[in-house]
Amino acid sequence: MNYLESYLVISAILFTFGIFAVITRKNAVAILMGIELILNSANVNFIAFNRFGNFNVLDGHIFSIFVVVLAAAEAAIALAIIINLFKNIGTVNVDEAKELQG
Amino acid sequence: MIPDLGQILFYSILFLIVLSSYWVVMSPNLLHSAVSLLFTLFGVAALYVYLYADFIAASQVIIYVGGILVLIIFGVMLTNNIDDPKLSNQSQNQLIAGVFCFILLVFQFQIIFNTNWNVGSLVSRDSTVNDIGNMLLNKYLLPFEVVSVLLLAALIGAAMLSRKKTD
Repeated sequence: MNYLESYLVISAILFTFGIFAVITRKNAVAILMGIELILNSANVNFIAFNRFGNFNVLDGHIFSIFVVVLAAAEAAIALAIIINLFKNIGTVNVDEAKELQG
Repeated sequence: MIPDLGQILFYSILFLIVLSSYWVVMSPNLLHSAVSLLFTLFGVAALYVYLYADFIAASQVIIYVGGILVLIIFGVMLTNNIDDPKLSNQSQNQLIAGVFCFILLVFQFQIIFNTNWNVGSLVSRDSTVNDIGNMLLNKYLLPFEVVSVLLLAALIGAAMLSRKKTD
């Protein structure tokens, strides 16, 4: 717990799982969960580099606050779009959404 | 010799994060994925506590677990046919994506372990909330305001997208 590498390794694993979810999932909500994993891995990196670099200045913490705010905004908009998609075409499978005017 | 309890807790938290994030991406049931994401987010909050980031850990629990995860479960409940949970969360191209992601992971490990990180002295400090508040209202005032305007725009946009069409 006192090594930078352990945090970077867990962040790399989270990032890879997130990419895997974005590539393989068909359901739009599951893809959104993958994006949340990616954002969390970026946050772990920010906080870890702040802790092991210069801990007297908290720039990394500020950046991770901004990332959390953007994640909240993105989740709200994405779920509104997904619910509209379900109303229009009756499914949330992203392969089925292929018409501009449904 | 008594093993260090903090060390044991740290490695069990890492194990919890890896296991639950694996189940987020592999579970055949979408609701199980969402509940598994809860454990991943709690594990990441615990990592923040180990990194002396008390404010970020608290806001992770409040915003992610209390807000975003509830929103995601809301979306799952509203958009899926719950009577057929086996088909709610299909995957495709798992073999190709697995190979690609494994190569990606190997590259990242290569970079992590072959870089000579410039690690400073490990100082310990008490609460970070005071400094974060000062920085948000001095050095980072403009990004703070821009982000608040963006949050307002997202709020209005989400309300506009999900209202009933009356025309």
